Amino acid sequence: MNDFISGFWANYVAVAAVVSILACGLLLWITARGRIAPTDDNTTGHVWDEDLREANNPLPMWWVGLFVITIIFAFVYLAFFPGLGSFNGKLGWSAVSQYEAEVAQADKDLVPVYAAFQTMPVERIAGDPKAMAIGERLFMNNCSQCHGSDARGSKGFPNLTDVDWLHGGTPDKIIETVTKGRIGEMPPMAAAVGTPDDVKNVAQYVLSLSGRSTDSVRAGLGKSKFTACAACHGIGGVGNQSIGAPRLNDEIWLHGFGENAIVAMINGGKHNVMPGQEGRLTEAQIKVVASYVWGLSNKAVALPVVLP
Amino acid sequence: MTVPAPARKIIPIVPVAEEAGGLYEATKKIYPRSVRGKFARWRWAMVFVTQLFFYATPWLQWGDRQTLLFDLVARRFYVFGLVLYPQDLIYLSGLLVLSALSLFLFTAVAGRLWCGYACPQTVYTEMFMWIEQRIEGSRIARMRLDGESFSAEKLVKKWFKHFIWLGIAMWTGFTFVGYFTPIRELGMEFLQTRMGSWEVFWVFFYGLATYGNAGFMREQVCKYMCPYARFQSAMFDKDTLIVSYDLPRGEPRGVHARAQDARTQGLGDCIDCGLCVQVCPTGIDIREGLQYECIGCGLCVDACNTVMDRMAQPHGLIRYATQNGLAGGWSAAQVLRRVFRPRVLIYGAVLLALCVGLLASLVVRVPLKVDVVRDRTSLARIADGGKLENVYRLQIMNATERSQRYRIDASGLRGLAVATPSQAVDVGPAESRWVAVRLQVPAEDAPPGSHTVFFNVRSADGVSQVSEKAVFLIPR
Repeated sequence: MNDFISGFWANYVAVAAVVSILACGLLLWITARGRIAPTDDNTTGHVWDEDLREANNPLPMWWVGLFVITIIFAFVYLAFFPGLGSFNGKLGWSAVSQYEAEVAQADKDLVPVYAAFQTMPVERIAGDPKAMAIGERLFMNNCSQCHGSDARGSKGFPNLTDVDWLHGGTPDKIIETVTKGRIGEMPPMAAAVGTPDDVKNVAQYVLSLSGRSTDSVRAGLGKSKFTACAACHGIGGVGNQSIGAPRLNDEIWLHGFGENAIVAMINGGKHNVMPGQEGRLTEAQIKVVASYVWGLSNKAVALPVVLP
Repeated sequence: MTVPAPARKIIPIVPVAEEAGGLYEATKKIYPRSVRGKFARWRWAMVFVTQLFFYATPWLQWGDRQTLLFDLVARRFYVFGLVLYPQDLIYLSGLLVLSALSLFLFTAVAGRLWCGYACPQTVYTEMFMWIEQRIEGSRIARMRLDGESFSAEKLVKKWFKHFIWLGIAMWTGFTFVGYFTPIRELGMEFLQTRMGSWEVFWVFFYGLATYGNAGFMREQVCKYMCPYARFQSAMFDKDTLIVSYDLPRGEPRGVHARAQDARTQGLGDCIDCGLCVQVCPTGIDIREGLQYECIGCGLCVDACNTVMDRMAQPHGLIRYATQNGLAGGWSAAQVLRRVFRPRVLIYGAVLLALCVGLLASLVVRVPLKVDVVRDRTSLARIADGGKLENVYRLQIMNATERSQRYRIDASGLRGLAVATPSQAVDVGPAESRWVAVRLQVPAEDAPPGSHTVFFNVRSADGVSQVSEKAVFLIPR
């Protein structure tokens, strides 16, 4: 695993490495051949700065032995591990392969932990404190970046603790959502609705569905134009979970509240993405984290764990 | 007028005969003679003190855990009644600074005291030498045994010695690993031959390192490897007590009979018996003055004093003395007075202040830690009832060894309140837990901008309380 883009630099590195090691050996060989004439005062005869004399304290032979061992080690290392340019070593080791091996090992170690949850229904997992602790950690690591640490979402990211579901809140639906991800697609509808004035009227009508309209005349005018929207959002804005169209007749505003926000939505549309976790989480992990999410709004109906 | 250029000194490279010395040489084995005396007793006392602590401590229990356990995997250090976390790293830094300052202080006062008396290298070498002496005999006997050709007696003695050495070394390695893995479990695992491969590796690593260093390398470690030995000389000054030979009193050295007065023969007190050289663990002759190999163990002092006793001469031909003291012929009292010089006083004062500070901070340490992490995705949101809401994640670390219940509230903004359904968090003993917490303020009187707020976490028993800063954002 190396990233050389040309053979020249690979060879350059390889040659530099080998030459450096050989130079170390050469240095040792030359100094070991050096001989020092015996002096009375046990110095080498070198004098610096008028009166600094180098004492003759020969290094012990075991030190030379260690030096030789390091040279041998360097060659052995280069034979087995990456380092010689584009040669990856006999073992085929790389940081990436080690990482992948460790991940695989960790996944294998987790199998028994999750084994119990494979057959358990979601309603029961949600009542198991240990599973919920795992689920919470999974959620914190993989979901909270968008949905928030408390799973209440924010603008553009759905709140998972309420009972309003875009794509359905049954355990199976949640598992499907987490596994495959979702795309919340609303095309720009301004052309279908009509003039900018019509768009404002429709916005007032949408507000009136939850009793929040500030202009009942405009809301009345917008009602007829709402047919373009009703294709997805349903008559009266009841929403449609099969295509993920939000309800418009409740107090929950995913993309902002008020006439301006609604007008902006009609004009610009929306392309909202929830990435699928398939491949990032195992099936068992998805089941546990889905149970956690399901439990957030169904704590009261979660089944207690029956202890054997 | 021109200044003549200084003549450049040419170092001639003269090819010399092969028998001249090279830059490397085979190590000469040192056979230190055993010695009795005041400083030898001190050395043995230090061996007992340090090793009793080292070998015994892991076996002591504190409640239902080990007294001293450095659990690297769980990142918890158990020290007597304390549980330390990675966040308490400052105490480790404090300990290191404390150790360094102690080294400065001792070295400034009396040279390489640490090397001579307390360093593991010295202590284990001392132990291994004692075993060597029990089995192979005195210095002369050991030299003769090594010089002998192969014999059954030699085989038995050598094998027996190495067997005992290895036993002690492995036990040392086992004990060392026992500071990081609970030693009782480690012992059970060993007896059932199911020790982890890493544990086996480290036991062997430290065991063989002990065997090699104390059995074979010995003074070589101090001479060629140890960095402290090199820079301790920078802490010496002319008032540092070092093992010194009283040159004017001893020279000219020469053999003279006991009752004779050496002076009449024009000789000094040194009878050139060579004992000080024979007992030296680093194999130097202290009479040549201070050398970098000297570890300040004082064994030559003991050796020389026994000889002076036999010669009916006063002690102290070789003694702990300062350069100033020797040069000025000072009395012991004068030398002692110079011990309290500014350098030593400053080291001492800083050391004392640090000790007091470290102990005080340990005493007032709150066994609870809180980290606040703002949710980065949602700056602020509108919650039910027209309140502005920010989300945080709190990591609550219970540093006690009992389960605790903590209450969370917040302060710093008018009307600020915690909106989490349950404000009490249960955390198990020595565990940490992440909890999501929402803070709310009434939207109508919220000034836009970012505000400093405080999370106040209190344990239900009222013992520990922590305030942690956070930022509350209010959009315009």
